[in-house]
Amino acid sequence: MSMKNENAVVEQQVTELDDDVVLDVKDLVVQYVVKKQVVEAVNGISFSLKKGKAIGLVGETGAGKTTTALAIMNLVPDPPGIIKSGTINVCGHDMLNLEPSQLEKIRGKDISMIFQDPMTSLNPVMTVGEQIAESVRLHENVNKQQAIQRAMEMLELVGIPGERAIDYPHQFSGGMKQRVVIAIALACNPRILIADEPTTALDVTIQAQVLSMMNDLKEKFNTALLMITHDLGVVAKMCDDVAVVYAGRVIESGTLEDVFNQTMHPYTEGLFNSLPNIGKRDTELKPIPGLMPDPTKLPKVGCAFADRCRYATDICREKTPEPRFVSDTHMIACVRYDEPDFSIEGWQNE
Amino acid sequence: MSDILLEVKDLKKYFKSPRGTVHAVDGVNFTIERGRTLGVVGESGCGKSTLGRSILRLLEPTEGCVLFEGKDICTATRKELKELRKDMQIIFQDPYSSINPRKTVLELIAEPIKFNKLIPNGTETDIENRVLELMNIVGIDERLINAYPHELDGGRRQRIGIARALALNPKFIVCDEPVSALDVSIQAQVLNLLRKLQREMGLTYIFITHDLSVVNYFADDIMVMYLGQVVEKAPSEELFTNPMHPYTKALLSAILVPKVNGNPEHIKLRGEVTSPIDPPDECRFAKRCNYICEGCRDSTPPLVEVSPNHFVACHCIKPGENTLHETIVD
Repeated sequence: MSMKNENAVVEQQVTELDDDVVLDVKDLVVQYVVKKQVVEAVNGISFSLKKGKAIGLVGETGAGKTTTALAIMNLVPDPPGIIKSGTINVCGHDMLNLEPSQLEKIRGKDISMIFQDPMTSLNPVMTVGEQIAESVRLHENVNKQQAIQRAMEMLELVGIPGERAIDYPHQFSGGMKQRVVIAIALACNPRILIADEPTTALDVTIQAQVLSMMNDLKEKFNTALLMITHDLGVVAKMCDDVAVVYAGRVIESGTLEDVFNQTMHPYTEGLFNSLPNIGKRDTELKPIPGLMPDPTKLPKVGCAFADRCRYATDICREKTPEPRFVSDTHMIACVRYDEPDFSIEGWQNE
Repeated sequence: MSDILLEVKDLKKYFKSPRGTVHAVDGVNFTIERGRTLGVVGESGCGKSTLGRSILRLLEPTEGCVLFEGKDICTATRKELKELRKDMQIIFQDPYSSINPRKTVLELIAEPIKFNKLIPNGTETDIENRVLELMNIVGIDERLINAYPHELDGGRRQRIGIARALALNPKFIVCDEPVSALDVSIQAQVLNLLRKLQREMGLTYIFITHDLSVVNYFADDIMVMYLGQVVEKAPSEELFTNPMHPYTKALLSAILVPKVNGNPEHIKLRGEVTSPIDPPDECRFAKRCNYICEGCRDSTPPLVEVSPNHFVACHCIKPGENTLHETIVD
């Protein structure tokens, strides 16, 4: 085990020096302080993303996924949010130590974000063409006419006729609005795209259209994608790597194969067992009992998942799990794996 | 013999709008046997929620009738309806907006009991005992009896909604997207609860959802709706293994399976759901369909039984055959 751990550390340093890494998040801690209560939203999340790759940040409501994304953009609302510690490196820029004017140059140019709800993220009194052009003019030395021209090209690219650039958001359907949001995000050809539940508000057939379009664009522009979602199906379709987040910590991460086919953490297993299996109608769902812990009352020591975990023992409440690499890519944070012959049952993956 | 609990005949619900008449539900027919679950699936705007509400006459149907144990709901008087609704309940989608935030769990669950005078001459203690019993059935801790909804999470709020529906000992429940607002781990808890209640109390469900993997797990039969009409209806297993309507095929291919390499390319549809305002007499799916044959633009295809219990409304499918007579449109 210890050998493996050392290997993992070496491997980590190598990736850090790797030129291909466009986004690197290290030991990020974000809290919200509300009326003397401290909401511990993100409690030491680390991951990195390489050029042209896609990583999925998976977890349930309140896991800290969106807060992580906002922190990467340095957009955590302050107050009440405080980025307590950690570093965020976006294409060589130290995001947490930049002036607002410098940040504005990076946002939209190096890194863009699309939000969950396309209905509220567009300006209702500007035409969609103007909204796309706005971002282009901010970052590139073009005149108004050229910017509008680019806006029309972007619309075509996401499958909307260019002449609709003069229309307002209310004249579009939900799926089309989300395409417009994607067009804005990609207008300056960013190296990183953060997508926060981009298709949750859409119908299945429209979701399929939008996701395959995102995949095409990602390949075309070699954009790295950070996909934030609760939907393991979306991850399977879109991502190369996965990080499963629980109570503000990454509890399991690795390649898609690592996490989906060699699931090791009890929480990840629980997530899979909660999903109805299309192939087998009769398998009873095995939900995870209980609820997400209150982020204002997280245990000071021990594993935050212990109360809901069917494998938990006393040790789980006494010892905080540390990240443990079981292969070069596969990381888990679970103290039960201190025992050499411990394993979970696994989920039915036929 | 079959024991039919609910029969819906040519149900229509139109809404007037400044731009014309919205055909939200347009001629839906089906029956449900006692103790079974009918899943209703379709995308937003296909009329599935309107259908659920029209069946309970929470919305006044424009045409058609709904027979519950042989009694016509659409012609029932207010008083009859009040009696009927003890047997027919609904669980709403959004547990955040469907319960009164100013009432405690006790008051919320006691409300239907008091309103329908289910415990004649019952004291407050009798009612409280019944509430505790219901809380046990749906799995809410007794200590939460005086809690307000804002103190509870979505899963527990949804359980309150279920307890309120169960308070009347109904025979039939319309579940309108009961788990859509919940996280997966909580969603599975609520689905298991609904299944357990069905087994123990012999309930009959209409389960309305947009989530195809949930409906496949939960329903015995599935009805696929498109723009107010039923395009396909079959037992769940049959529908998933042998979908026939081009829309059903596209819908099923768009499901994302949580498996590595589990998601081959989906069937691409052209455009998006068209407007349900004054639709012309043609196949409503024709504008998006990848197949086209004679008749698609001439009349609305009827729902025909192509194999036992498998109904499809498509001009390109002939009874007794289960292939599409297709010309693939590019």
